[in-house]
Amino acid sequence: MSKTLSVSAINNGTVIDHIPAGQALRIIKLLKFSNYKNCVTIGLNLTSKGLGFKDLIKIEDRFLSAEEANEITLFAPLATINIIKNFEVIKKVTTELPKTISNIITCPNEKCITHSEPVASCFNVEQFAKHVMLICNYCEKRFDRDVYTNL
Amino acid sequence: MKNTLYQKDIVSIKDLTRDQILTILKLAEKLKKKPASNLLNNKIIAHCFFEASTRTRLSFETATIKLGGKVIGFADPENISTKKGESLADTIQVINSYSDLIVIRHPKDGAARLAAEISDKPVINAGDGANQHPTQALLDLFTIQECQKKLAGINIALVGDLKYGRTVHSLVEACALFDIRFFLVAPESLTLPPQLWNLLKANNIKFSFHQSLDEIISKIDILYMTRLQRERLDKTEQQAQNSQHILVPALLTKAKANLKILHPLPRVDEIDPTIDKSPFAYYFQQAANAVWLRQALLTLLLNRSLS
Repeated sequence: MSKTLSVSAINNGTVIDHIPAGQALRIIKLLKFSNYKNCVTIGLNLTSKGLGFKDLIKIEDRFLSAEEANEITLFAPLATINIIKNFEVIKKVTTELPKTISNIITCPNEKCITHSEPVASCFNVEQFAKHVMLICNYCEKRFDRDVYTNL
Repeated sequence: MKNTLYQKDIVSIKDLTRDQILTILKLAEKLKKKPASNLLNNKIIAHCFFEASTRTRLSFETATIKLGGKVIGFADPENISTKKGESLADTIQVINSYSDLIVIRHPKDGAARLAAEISDKPVINAGDGANQHPTQALLDLFTIQECQKKLAGINIALVGDLKYGRTVHSLVEACALFDIRFFLVAPESLTLPPQLWNLLKANNIKFSFHQSLDEIISKIDILYMTRLQRERLDKTEQQAQNSQHILVPALLTKAKANLKILHPLPRVDEIDPTIDKSPFAYYFQQAANAVWLRQALLTLLLNRSLS
């Protein structure tokens, strides 16, 4: 039986699979892939046995650092990240939640000092059961990751 | 014994261990029994009050002067360089070079943490927006221990604005390190933030929510009243003013004999002034304790060892 790929295969680069539906665009913004000059392919709401629906990202000729891979887990805790060379998976990247996230997202608390001073935002990342929470290093407010609608 | 508080920043209760808190309370008790006069000799403490303060500022000043230290700083946020457009970061950088320790109060959440990152001298948070007020929490613990002779096993009711009261947030975090049971009495829109429920759960601290003081008054050892932070309420929360809890003498008829009423002050109208002379009232003693507690803190932050 012939198999059809919803998103075409890449020669060299990174494939981020099993992203919860709706999170791919956040990851694109998080890692600034929209500024990337080579081909970035995004699949949204693809059918998935495990997730029902999923998103997927393929980035040509780009290999993620361990730090970048860990940042992805913030929005896609079960994502699989594979490094591709000559159409073959040569490495499966193991990820873990980052302990901190700096200078990527702004604090949702409008009264936080980071909005009025020249200082990079910084969040500590904590997991309570299935909830990933971000705690601002400055104002100490806790936010569910879903609060970050600006991403 | 090594002083682990030497040169430490006190920005949040989270910065302190249980043992460090007990060390501060112990020294405060010692200084209250036997006042000292020279523990801050030759030390300059900068008091940077970007937001109005009466009790906190004056008790820090009194604590410093009585221990032989000198005070520089400002109490009027209208006449400082940030009004000319200078950043907080630059202001702190400069004051850092003039002083041995910085006490800061600021209307923005997180300002004290930023100041602590910039300054290489110890920074004490004297209140940052709706976030933290750790030295008030420490003096509250000191007062609870003083009037109840213990901390473990105490039943405490927190009443009023539990959402925006930074004093309450710091006190809950401090009490979570001890075996203290909470009764939370507040209008629904001003109850304790869920993040603090999680903290209490994580520390196996019992707590419950109540709408009426009457249903819990017979169970508690400490009644901690707070004022509504009217300046921080949004339009929907302002309706909570109508359901504010006012403490009147009749509510105390079922109180335990050892009950003490605390309040971080300023009081507006949440405690009837006729209660001031009752044996339950302890809020003015609590305010007086601020000097001893802040003396202990300043002493520990600025002296490597104590004889």
